[in-house]
Amino acid sequence: MHDIFAAGFFSSEPVHTALLVGAVIAITSAVVGVFTVTRGQSFAGHSLADISVTGGSGAILVGLNQFWGYLAFGAGVAAFMELIGIQRKRGRDVATGVVLGAALGLSALFLYLDTESSSTTGATVTVMFGAIWEITSSTVPALIVSAVLALFTVLALARPLLLSSLSPDIAAARGVPVRLIGAAFLMVLAISVALSAVIIGAILSTALLIGPAAAALRISKGPIKAMVTAAAIGTAATWLGILLSYDSHSWPPANSGGWPVSFFVVALVVLAYLATYISGWRRPAAQEAEQHSCSPA
Amino acid sequence: MFTGLMLNTWIAATAVAIIGGVTGFFAVLRGSTFAAHAIPNGAFAGAAGANLLGFNPIAGLALFSVAGALGIAGLSRRARHDVATALTFVLMLGIGALFVSWSTEYAQEAYSLLFGEVYGVSTNEVRPIILLGAISIMLILIMFRPLMLSSAMPEVAAARGLSPDLMELAFLVVMALATSMTVPVVGALLMFSLMIGPAAAARSFTASPVLAMGLSVALALVSVWAGIVLSYHTSWPLGFFVGMFGAGFFLLGRGWAAIRTTRVIPLH
Repeated sequence: MHDIFAAGFFSSEPVHTALLVGAVIAITSAVVGVFTVTRGQSFAGHSLADISVTGGSGAILVGLNQFWGYLAFGAGVAAFMELIGIQRKRGRDVATGVVLGAALGLSALFLYLDTESSSTTGATVTVMFGAIWEITSSTVPALIVSAVLALFTVLALARPLLLSSLSPDIAAARGVPVRLIGAAFLMVLAISVALSAVIIGAILSTALLIGPAAAALRISKGPIKAMVTAAAIGTAATWLGILLSYDSHSWPPANSGGWPVSFFVVALVVLAYLATYISGWRRPAAQEAEQHSCSPA
Repeated sequence: MFTGLMLNTWIAATAVAIIGGVTGFFAVLRGSTFAAHAIPNGAFAGAAGANLLGFNPIAGLALFSVAGALGIAGLSRRARHDVATALTFVLMLGIGALFVSWSTEYAQEAYSLLFGEVYGVSTNEVRPIILLGAISIMLILIMFRPLMLSSAMPEVAAARGLSPDLMELAFLVVMALATSMTVPVVGALLMFSLMIGPAAAARSFTASPVLAMGLSVALALVSVWAGIVLSYHTSWPLGFFVGMFGAGFFLLGRGWAAIRTTRVIPLH
């Protein structure tokens, strides 16, 4: 047992926090991710993640917890994207790209100013690659409440959301407010991206959002099973990542202070996705559905 | 402002802007914005690894960006394009995070690779930048006609025997080479702003592909040159100005298109 769990793993306070928060966030991201992949909004999800870098670095600049920065900026930009018409297939990638480019410029400035005020030398790394060991106990309730809120919203909207994702015309004909549902989903996406940014970093949060969902959609039948499978894959990758990162304190190179959690989580998620290819799990129906829903852009 | 190391900065930035303008034009035309964002970011891992082992970062960048392009193209055949791009991208960034965490100058290195270190360009770094840039421009000129055809009319191109998969792969590899040389100058994150902003704006001003490409290069050059001057005087990062100019040109272009005709020209 001591080879697998390094000394102090179960008694360490930061580990408890990391495991609890990690699981809640992984589940939320995975469930939201199933809808993101189905709707073909991976780029929007990733852009929200990158843009929340601006919020995180700005929050550090004014002395707030970076989670509030991720959240405020992500939600603001989600509303803006909705306004400039991210729902329209045509041109939305370019519009998203330009917004993203401008936001990244702003992050460069904020991070530069962060590093100038010498108290926060690690700002770049914290914002980009996450800081799961540094979650303070005062932010834990806020993280969990936001996660539960996002999860609850997406589950409450599940039926109209699925219908408007798969066939907007039928949804509109049945009286589903497609535009409103889309806007609500972008907000949920922004919250879940902000949450994963806390544990594996803003630019890597795409991994927890897209990876488990994409793997689950390949191997499971129906949206409910896909959500459950995605949540299981996400939680397993996060917990195993935390464990491996904790153990890696004694790994080479010397004095590295351990390998980053984000590296393990991302690697495990991608491995899970690739594993769906080598096994014979692939069900024919999924392939058809996937090819059918493949967007031309 | 035009002496010693600053001269290297001007030369490197000019080369970067020309490449960014040309490849960005095709990226916008083909709707490969996500790949244009993902490849330079993934290449970041290569630079971090090369620094760790003491190689020239350009070699690491070239290796990783080409690997990223192959990964995106390979996975895309079997899964949805955006999912394939996202997963290739996060895997490479994750490896980058690992390499950077092993480095002794953790935070500083992460910042300069992601956001660029335009004032630290040495003469040794300028030469490979220009060489790789010239190769990418030549490849694009050679592929110009088939690339235009397969971007604008994929069905016609396929009917004439141009494999869309092959064209996509060729374009991604050229984009990978072109962007890998630019990472040390403008940084992995901001290369994207330099590619998309000017190119998207140029397409709003003119419908002619050759003119649009020229205009895209011109706007990219104005962005970096004005960016260097402003950055020199304020000591704020070049990437900030490049990002702002890119978005500014795009808004100007959309405004121009809206004024000139009542019908706004579609983005792509």
